[in-house]
Amino acid sequence: MLRINHIHTFYGNIEALKGISLDIAEGEIITLIGANGAGKSTTLMSICGVVPPRRGEIYFRGTPIHDMATDKIVALGICQVPEGRRIFPILSVMENLEMGSYLRRDPQGIKSDLDYVFDLFPILAQRRHQAGGTLSGGEQQMLAISRALMARPKLLLLDEPSLGLAPLIIQQIFEIIVKINRENRTTIFLVEQNANLALKIAHRGYVMENGIITLSDTAANLLGNEAVKKAYLGI
Amino acid sequence: MTMRKLFTLDEIKKSLLVALWFMVLTFPILAVRVNPIYKVVEWRWHNLLMVGIGAFLLSFPWRYFQGHGKPPEKSAAAENQALKNSKILLWRRHPWVRLCAVVLATGLVLSFPFLFSSYQVNIMTTALIYVVLGLGLNIVVGLAGLLDLGYVAFYAVGAYSYALLHLHFGLSFWLCLPIGAGLAALFGILLGFPVLRLRGDYLAIVTLGFGEIIRLVLENWNEFSQGPSGISNIPRPGLPGIEMSLNASSIFLYFLMIALTLFTILVVSRLRDSRIGRAWLALREDEIACQAMGIDKTRTKLTAFALGATWAGMGGVMFAAKTTFINPASFTFLESAIILSIVVLGGMGSMLGVILSAFILILVPEYLRAFSEYRMLIFGAVLVIMMVFRPQGLISNVRHRYRFEGLKTPPEELG
Ligand SMILES: Nc1ncnc2c1ncn2[C@@H]1O[C@H](COP(=O)(O)OP(=O)(O)OP(=O)(O)O)[C@@H](O)[C@H]1O
Ligand SMILES: [Mg+2]
Repeated sequence: MLRINHIHTFYGNIEALKGISLDIAEGEIITLIGANGAGKSTTLMSICGVVPPRRGEIYFRGTPIHDMATDKIVALGICQVPEGRRIFPILSVMENLEMGSYLRRDPQGIKSDLDYVFDLFPILAQRRHQAGGTLSGGEQQMLAISRALMARPKLLLLDEPSLGLAPLIIQQIFEIIVKINRENRTTIFLVEQNANLALKIAHRGYVMENGIITLSDTAANLLGNEAVKKAYLGI
Repeated sequence: MTMRKLFTLDEIKKSLLVALWFMVLTFPILAVRVNPIYKVVEWRWHNLLMVGIGAFLLSFPWRYFQGHGKPPEKSAAAENQALKNSKILLWRRHPWVRLCAVVLATGLVLSFPFLFSSYQVNIMTTALIYVVLGLGLNIVVGLAGLLDLGYVAFYAVGAYSYALLHLHFGLSFWLCLPIGAGLAALFGILLGFPVLRLRGDYLAIVTLGFGEIIRLVLENWNEFSQGPSGISNIPRPGLPGIEMSLNASSIFLYFLMIALTLFTILVVSRLRDSRIGRAWLALREDEIACQAMGIDKTRTKLTAFALGATWAGMGGVMFAAKTTFINPASFTFLESAIILSIVVLGGMGSMLGVILSAFILILVPEYLRAFSEYRMLIFGAVLVIMMVFRPQGLISNVRHRYRFEGLKTPPEELG
């Protein structure tokens, strides 16, 4: 579904991605793990076209998207939940969700997706008129995921959804990620620091260090890998 | 701050300091006078004493009211609730009150030119032009959050479009109104393209420069714009086949302005609640999140710029038609500053606030003409006092109340 072919992404003169390749098949949950500053967020930004790669290609269902504008890429069905949630603080929960469906023109579909996300996260339905900025961290993460779902993405990019949340909430959010993947066949690309949890729900995983991919394997194999255990699982 | 706490030793000390500070500040103007005839310096100590006593006494009510101006910190939810219940809002919602207000306002607006002199009608027309300009700039600054210090450039484009098109091609007012608006929008897009990547202060500086460039071009390109001497004999708008006296045409212009103002209010309020209006708000909040939602950043900002400029263009055509003479001196930076003040004073994003503050900022200096030299002083003092006691503007936009709470980064995000 998504094929990344040797991309190099720069911030000014700093090369953040040094020739990365990866493959995501339809319906998979793929995780990308790595230390701080490895370039995980940059990978997502490159896919979305916010920070386009300087060299290399990205194909989404066969369409080259590496030099497309972000809004065109989103229109193709790729939606990102950015690191740190980035919900709109002064807009209400409802308005935040409406922003998610900004590019859509099917009121009926939007309506049913709204019911769907309220079903996934009933707390959001209760808070629908509250300003986004006044939600708790966990609720904000739920809102950020819901907002992305409102775009009805085919590929959902999640950047550290567990960031700063209590273990119980993380558990809940990960269960819902699996549910979204099973029920809608939404392909999920999950960037995580919490390697243990991420590898437990993912089908395959990639490990990234300093802008290059160092390992790629099935999630089960990575969980058993000695090097991964030492570096990312703290065992 | 309660009454009792007002007169503690601490407070008196503060007031003494304030008095001293004011005495130092006003010393050169109020205490020293050079008498050029006898070539001596006069020391007017009694003036300084008066300033000191005045500042000392006034500082008490000042602090008292300032304490009242700032409500105690509340949670956003509680504040929202309080706001909903606040008397003003309830009062504004009541259907009878609304009906009465509409009837009263309509009556006043319709009868105004027949009750008052044409001098008053002219002032009111000017004020209405500024209402339109304020509402237009409100799109750019209040809704889209782009600080534009060169708004007057688009106003000038509108005014000169009418003046020049009439001068060279004899085009009528009615034709020039949409053309002026369109040309201003075009300039808005032209300016928008290079400055879109800039934010905040940088954008302000670039737009400031753009405003000055337009004025300097008009001033120096004699063949094109007739330079500083300007263009005169611009016709007032009329209706075909009807000969109007000066008085009648100024009344006609007044009603035209009323119509344009209503049109502006209608369009801007529709825009604010539209998809693009929501996108402006969101873009002001978080650009990256907007991009992730598939909002075209460039186009959204450009639209705000162009739409804002359109209203300035129409205002400019109106202005040229009203004064029948324009020159570059009417389009200085001060003009941009006044329009921006209207938006800020009104409470960014609030339409009613912008309308009120346009009337205040334009009519107050006009009616203060009786106090000639103190006019600008009083005007300045009103502005300062206003900003101290109501920094959120005359009518604060309800959304802005969440802002401070919302922007606080939740502590867990720092980890
Ligand atoms: N806007 C930027 N400008 C310059 N350099 C940047 C920018 N964003 C990221 N970088 C650099 O690019 C590298 C990769 O950053 P990135 O945000 O992709 O890391 P990450 O793997 O997501 O880390 P984390 O787990 O801490 O979120 C880092 O060295 C970072 O300093
Ligand atoms: Mg990151």
